Amino acid sequence: MSGTYLGLPAFPEAARTSTKDAQLRANLTHATHTIRAKRAGAVGELADWQGLRAAGAAIKDHTLRHLDTYLEQLEAAVTAAGGTVHWAVDAADANRIVTELVRATGETEVVKVKSMATQEIGLNDHLRVEGISAYETDLAELIVQLGDDRPSHILVPAIHKNRSQIRDIFRTAMGEWGRPAPDGLSDTPADLAEAARLHLREKFLRAKVGISGANFMVAETGTMVVVESEGNGRMCLTLPETLISVVGIEKVVPTFRDLEVFLQTLPRSSTAERMNPYTSMWTGTTDGDGPRTFHLVLLDNGRTDTLADTEGRPALRCIRCSACLNVCPVYERAGGHAYGSAYPGPIGAILTPQLRGTADALDASLPYASSLCGACYDVCPVAIDIPSILVHLRERVAQGGEVVTAGRRTTIKPAKGHAAERAAMRAALVTLDHPVAWRATQYLAARTRRLHPRRLPTPAGRAWTDRRDLPQVPAGSFRDWWREHEKERAGRTGAPARDTGEKGGAQ
Amino acid sequence: MRVALFVTCVNDLLYPDTGRAVVTLLERLGVEVDFPSAQSCCGQPQFNTGYRHQTEPLVRRYADAFAPYDYVVTPSGSCAAMVRDNYPKIARKAAAEGRDDGLSQAAAAAAPKTYELTEFLVDVLKVTDVGAYFPHTVTYHPSCHGLRMLGLGDRPRRLLEAVRGLELRELEGAEECCGFGGTFAVKNPDVSVAMGEDKVRHALDSGASVLCGADNSCLMHLGGILRRDDAPMRAVHLAEILASTQEQPFTPAVSGAVR
Amino acid sequence: MTGSSSRTEVLRRIRAALGDRPEDVPVPRDYLQEHGDRTPQETADLLAEHLADYRAHVHRAAPADIAGTVARLLADHGSRTAVVPPGLPQEWLSQVAGVEVTTAGADITARELDAIDSVVTGCAVAIAETGTIVLDGSPDQGVRRITLVPDHHVCVVRAPEQVVAAVPQALPRLDPARPLTWISGPSATSDIELDRVEGVHGPRTLDVVLVSAAV
Repeated sequence: MSGTYLGLPAFPEAARTSTKDAQLRANLTHATHTIRAKRAGAVGELADWQGLRAAGAAIKDHTLRHLDTYLEQLEAAVTAAGGTVHWAVDAADANRIVTELVRATGETEVVKVKSMATQEIGLNDHLRVEGISAYETDLAELIVQLGDDRPSHILVPAIHKNRSQIRDIFRTAMGEWGRPAPDGLSDTPADLAEAARLHLREKFLRAKVGISGANFMVAETGTMVVVESEGNGRMCLTLPETLISVVGIEKVVPTFRDLEVFLQTLPRSSTAERMNPYTSMWTGTTDGDGPRTFHLVLLDNGRTDTLADTEGRPALRCIRCSACLNVCPVYERAGGHAYGSAYPGPIGAILTPQLRGTADALDASLPYASSLCGACYDVCPVAIDIPSILVHLRERVAQGGEVVTAGRRTTIKPAKGHAAERAAMRAALVTLDHPVAWRATQYLAARTRRLHPRRLPTPAGRAWTDRRDLPQVPAGSFRDWWREHEKERAGRTGAPARDTGEKGGAQ
Repeated sequence: MRVALFVTCVNDLLYPDTGRAVVTLLERLGVEVDFPSAQSCCGQPQFNTGYRHQTEPLVRRYADAFAPYDYVVTPSGSCAAMVRDNYPKIARKAAAEGRDDGLSQAAAAAAPKTYELTEFLVDVLKVTDVGAYFPHTVTYHPSCHGLRMLGLGDRPRRLLEAVRGLELRELEGAEECCGFGGTFAVKNPDVSVAMGEDKVRHALDSGASVLCGADNSCLMHLGGILRRDDAPMRAVHLAEILASTQEQPFTPAVSGAVR
Repeated sequence: MTGSSSRTEVLRRIRAALGDRPEDVPVPRDYLQEHGDRTPQETADLLAEHLADYRAHVHRAAPADIAGTVARLLADHGSRTAVVPPGLPQEWLSQVAGVEVTTAGADITARELDAIDSVVTGCAVAIAETGTIVLDGSPDQGVRRITLVPDHHVCVVRAPEQVVAAVPQALPRLDPARPLTWISGPSATSDIELDRVEGVHGPRTLDVVLVSAAV
């Protein structure tokens, strides 16, 4: 993926810093709690929510099952409607294609609609190196771009900033990029939105090239769908002469009718609205209305590797609503940057290690960045069982095994740093699968109970005891008590004590 | 009916009072409960950390240990969910890898008869008033696996509401994870503790003197924070509250561990 | 990679990835076609309620009052200029006074539109449950940019014939070959603290004239 994310620390180290950032914690708690209750209300309005959820999951699974067919159908439909379709195996491929397309227009500026796919491939950085300025036009993306920051949320990339921080960024940086912030700009959201409107209006009117992603692509008709709120999407999709859309291959759906499911589930899951303010649909090009030239760049970049994993492939159902981020207690406290990719939160923890692999320490740490509480699975509008995929990816990290990387089947070794854990797990198994050893462990623990310190010196021990006391080890185990209980009961009732001997050794 | 207690490895070693409370409670309700000693651990720590293969012997051990019984009752939603949700998955994956070794039979036998304590009380014994007396203010934390994987719903709450003398206090953000998460607690200690501290703060804000839960792993984490802070609140397993009566208050005799 | 080899490679990877021949999944379509059982009148009321929820201004009018309502809305907004699509019924503008009205041809530019205060259009369909109006570029709606750049949009919706209850009923009425714009309230953003505020790039004022005989 993008160079932006290279060399970042593993999740636990990043979270060590972010959990102590009181401002960040307050911003995230406020924002995620605001949206949680609203989402529950919006979803609660639909009595058939579980039916829509099941249909959404099935549409995606069916599409993935026939992905080659639907992509070829899409390509034919887009082409017939006057568009041009390009295929990109990876980020470098996609960046090169987009650069060439922009070059061909003779322009050095582009306006952009917020797009996860172009974040993922680091398109803006690539274009800058090639001498092309890409202006983000979504309010949150603008905040991130002006603040020289990284996005930390799928829907609201600047969720880690509160209103006064945003005002400061606007005051400082808007002038360097174009029209400066109005004098005496306040920190009310309405004034901040107005400042963005004024700043970007000139860019929209001037732009000759727009770059977007898409939420859905309809195979049967070649129709592209972009779901948004501000109208910046409509500006970028209709005013420029050339439109380039970079879209992950998993965003295709078979039929126009299939949108009836996602246009109900996506807005309610995402912004907790019955419907988002603007949804644009276009098919190829239309005379006199919108861009004269339309290019669609279909992006793989690890998606086919994900598809090859029978346990992990449901991650490709994701419609990027970000409901899982908003309910995630880990995301709320660690913040989005700790996930080190364009995809933070629970979905990022299963998507990033599949798209990028688990060779990097950060990527190998992501499957463990969850308490497996399951709140994400509950809210997912396409029913991705995120906890199960997390456990599956932990297995890949801890044990290695067969994976597909860049289209090639290969066997990977366990990730670094798991050898001690593996040995401990083996030792634990020996104990737990041998009653005599298990009894001996209990006996030893009880006999040494007064020696147990409140704080442990080993790394794993410190991880527990830095902020938590250890439980006090009791004088005897439950088994000890049970034996006495059985004797007592036998005495009381005259019945023979039941067999509580240590039968059943290891099989 | 033949009923066995699956006490869980954590309770066996660290929280024997909880096991004792389950036995006391069930016997009081007229259920003869047995404790097959071949049991050990359900395998969840291994499974959830990525060592699925190492859980396979424990799946077979569990099935064998409890083979003679109609019901297996456990005072842990998390361990019950491991058996019910994950044992069949483990068997399916092993079969896909070409080594079933009796796992699918073991999982199929073990999963349907395993009940978390409150399910067994409400669904099988059909009681919510277990005759308990516990004159304290209590707030209840629903642990995630019981809440979301088992769907325990309001069963624990109905049981607590029927306890005489008990005053139940609302817990803000009750359904949010406490941050234990098994090995998550040590692999991501900063986030784990941040979650736990928020949970503890909400529990203290409830004004209760007892933080009740149905999973001692979560209570070990929350109790560890409470004790480190010398907070005026005890973490107590639900079973110990339900075991307590006016005549025989349940007093932690063996350990006093979750204190 | 070159264009054609990337295409070949992506398709090869997909086919290899599906080597396990996963079971095909039937799509369960047992979700509802609409939520609730309403008369056309109630459906129109729900549309009005949901449009207003997201800060669109709804004005109920009898067919004979369309022209008066449109004229009043332009006056109330203080508009001096307005743009209309070529197929807008002439009578809708018959009472407009003191407003310079431009009929948008296909050549109207965004810069020209940026100097115009208001736009008046019809619509293709409206969805009550979601408070949505859909434009499809028909002659009474025009090209997409005319409803985007001006800051004030007056949209005339005819009930009951243009109003459906729910999203699944709207799609069959639309032609995906046309450019479609779904509008639910004025431009808005949730980008600051995930709290919704109205008014960013699209029209900040959306006036919906909901026409029905039974006003």
